[in-house]
Amino acid sequence: METIWFILVAVMVALYVLLDGFDLGAGAIHFLVAKTEDERRQVLASIGPVWDGNEVWLLAAGGTLYFAFPALYASGFSGFYLPLMIVLWLLILRGTSIEFRNHIKSPVWIPFWDFFFSFSSLLLAVFFGAALANVVRGVPLDQTGYFFEPLWTNFRIGDQTGILDWYTILVGVQALLVLMMHGALWLQWKASGDLNKRAARVAGWSWWGVLIMTPLVTAITFSIQPQVSVNFKTWPLGYVLPLLAVAGLAGVPFELRRKNELNAFLCSCTYLLGMLTSVVFGVYPMVLPARNPVYALTVHNAKAPDYGLKVGLIWWVFGTILAAIYFTYVYRSFAGKVTADADSHY
Amino acid sequence: MGSALDVHRMHFAFTVTFHYLFPQLTMGLALLIVILKTAALRSGDEHFNRAARFWAKIFGINFAMGVVTGIPMEFQFGTNWAEFSKAAGGVIGQTLAMEGVFSFFLESTFLGLFLYGEKKLGRIGHWWAAFFVFLGSWMSGYLIVATDAWMQHPTGFALSEKGEIILTSFWGLLLNKWALWQYAHNMLGAVQTGCFVMAAVGAFYVLSRRDPFYGRTFLRIGVTVGIIAALLQLAPTGDMQGKLITDYQPTTLAAMEGLFQSQDGAPLAILGQPDVPKRTLDNPLTIPNMLSFLTYKHWNAHVRGLNDFPEDLWPDRIELLYFSYHVMVGLGTIFIAIMTLAGILLWRKKLYDARWMLWLLMLSVPLPYIANTAGWMTAELGRQPWLIYGLLRTAHGVSPQVSAGNVWFTLLGFMGMYTVLAMLWLFLIYRQIEFGPEPEATLRAGALDPAAAD
Ligand code: HDD
Ligand code: HEM
Ligand code: HEM
Repeated sequence: METIWFILVAVMVALYVLLDGFDLGAGAIHFLVAKTEDERRQVLASIGPVWDGNEVWLLAAGGTLYFAFPALYASGFSGFYLPLMIVLWLLILRGTSIEFRNHIKSPVWIPFWDFFFSFSSLLLAVFFGAALANVVRGVPLDQTGYFFEPLWTNFRIGDQTGILDWYTILVGVQALLVLMMHGALWLQWKASGDLNKRAARVAGWSWWGVLIMTPLVTAITFSIQPQVSVNFKTWPLGYVLPLLAVAGLAGVPFELRRKNELNAFLCSCTYLLGMLTSVVFGVYPMVLPARNPVYALTVHNAKAPDYGLKVGLIWWVFGTILAAIYFTYVYRSFAGKVTADADSHY
Repeated sequence: MGSALDVHRMHFAFTVTFHYLFPQLTMGLALLIVILKTAALRSGDEHFNRAARFWAKIFGINFAMGVVTGIPMEFQFGTNWAEFSKAAGGVIGQTLAMEGVFSFFLESTFLGLFLYGEKKLGRIGHWWAAFFVFLGSWMSGYLIVATDAWMQHPTGFALSEKGEIILTSFWGLLLNKWALWQYAHNMLGAVQTGCFVMAAVGAFYVLSRRDPFYGRTFLRIGVTVGIIAALLQLAPTGDMQGKLITDYQPTTLAAMEGLFQSQDGAPLAILGQPDVPKRTLDNPLTIPNMLSFLTYKHWNAHVRGLNDFPEDLWPDRIELLYFSYHVMVGLGTIFIAIMTLAGILLWRKKLYDARWMLWLLMLSVPLPYIANTAGWMTAELGRQPWLIYGLLRTAHGVSPQVSAGNVWFTLLGFMGMYTVLAMLWLFLIYRQIEFGPEPEATLRAGALDPAAAD
């Protein structure tokens, strides 16, 4: 039962990254790809109707984590107190920028919000990467089941770690590159004209960046978190997941050459899915590895009692199917290339 | 009391109080917009659709504020209340996760369609979009209130040998009778906020002689729905909440009524300031025997005062609790008076010319916000010293390793950020009201194609 919930939470987090990932990525490259007011509005119009729904995956994943693994929620959220609060501030800043930018057509108001939209998107991408890296690397949990990480200590991976050290920063940079690629592919698919061309250029070079970073970070990860190699040795079937990532990454330029922009974006989704599931597979059965492995939180010692997990499964399946229906409907009704005409709000 | 605990409490209280300023209008307006859309469908009069479009813009701004301030709430259970989360996550995590899965998805996806899809969806389709937004926000209200109700009056659980709280009945949690009454009462509060805002904008349009057509529609709907909500707020819902408190939280009742001594035929305090160290109420203005009647429906019933309970079971901010409660009830009474008077004038067809009443309605906008906030402060302060009534004390629910300094840092951060947000909100809403709905006169004359207006 706890393994099922582990997988479900992982799927929800992965969906969050796929979906909010493209709008974060599009935000991060906002100034790189969109030069005129019309183009900037196209960027916003391409994500405007969906970004809030995408972000709900974070909330729903958080809520699910809360009831399935309360001890993890308690320990992880309070231990990552400072970075989470900063993430919250960035999310507030970003939400307001997207929603309020177009209320006043003034050369003072609009660039102000454009800046904060892009700035917060970019920092969020880096922070999410660093957060993932913290989980993989392990945190200084002790016998109380708690830890507290400062933002940084000496940037080394010692026993008293900070949120930011060279490894987590490295993963943060990789996350930024990946989401830039992801967002650029989204824009390439959704936009036309110069915006489409510039997005294609960004997608091109960020793809190379991702290609270089992926094996590097993967190799380091194997040496930092021993559980990963153990798991891949125990269940060799797990190699499917990294292969999925490789296939996705390789598929991007292939599909672009065939001029199939939607498929290229979907390949990027596959890459993200492959990478995230590999990581999750790699740390299982831990949900929060500790610097001292004895104190690690696992699916067994962090889970909620069984009755709740069982009833939860019933409404969860039902609710998620409903959510999938709304999403399909909304994405279909906003399908096609965007335009920033007078009556679109964004 | 450790100082870190105090800062954690302030952090939560500040962020949740600020958050709730927005959902109350969202939920109230959602209902009123469905009413407008229904009127448009049934009468075929475009006027109501244009009115709905105007409110949809205000709704959109308000909703965005609710979203950005709501996200921190969910995080804080883990960041600031870790011990509480560990103890109760398996239970209230259910309702919180359901809120995400069932309501936020519904709301956030259909809101986009509602705000920007009117042309694409057609008349009936757009009515459904409005309805789903309403449904989503009202479901979200239920699930969050059920969460709070479980903390007020835990049900559907058992304690394991190790003392862990284990969910044993899903429906026991979901259909907690405390939740049902609290929800009904709370939603009426939200509807009142919606009605007062709508009526105030209407009054402003009539008084300032711009868009009087719209002004009258807004007044009519705001006042009509407002009377119903104001009356139901008092009875049965407010009254039932009081009964539940009498039965399950006797210390809370004594503290919020300022009743220090147990007595038969207890009086109801209308005015007066509690002096907790001296255990008295200064400058009391009371109605004899009234409290006994209200709580037990019997003029001479025995009501237990604070002296019947050990001091470590007393709520720890008795003064604030007492005033919150009295502000809420006082305003509730005033709302009934205002709305009934306005209703009579409306019925006698004199409302639109009764300038004093219009002024009164216009200037009353802040009052429902104050009443709702005071109501929540009553509930939350009254629950003290428990975080989960009878099960977990607030002092034991906090994150043990997060220091006061770190919490001060983030509290100040939120205060700064929310000050800016509040100013933005006021500014944008004011602009929207100033801008007004689509001009009615020209449209009536058929000078413009109504479908082309956005
Ligand atoms: C417009 C808002 C509003 C108004 C006019 C009133 N209330 Fe209220 N009240 C609320 C909005 C509210 C609320 C915000 O919705 C609360 C907070 C928690 C809750 O469940 O509802 C609340 C709580 C609340 C509680 C405490 C619940 C607890 O401690 O758990 C009681 C006893 C009452 N109400 C009773 C009344 C009475 C007798 C009123 C007389 C008219 C009244 N309320 C008016
Ligand atoms: C409906 C869901 C809600 C839940 C689950 C909830 C839960 C909590 C929790 C965990 C605390 C911190 C512990 C404590 O000091 O008691 C708290 C405190 C508080 N909450 Fe709520 N709350 C909810 C709604 C609200 C709302 C809507 C308001 C106000 C508008 C509010 C006002 C407060 C206040 C003022 C405190 C501080 C109490 C104190 O300082 O002792 N709450 N609540
Ligand atoms: C401590 C308690 C609370 C938590 C954890 C919480 C959580 C949240 C979250 C995460 C959102 C954003 C949803 C989105 O992205 O669409 C939100 C919005 C919302 N919340 Fe709260 N909330 C709390 C208190 C309340 C209360 C007391 C109510 C009302 C009864 C309420 C009603 C709503 C509604 C209707 C929305 C939709 C957005 C809006 O109305 O502006 N919340 N809340």
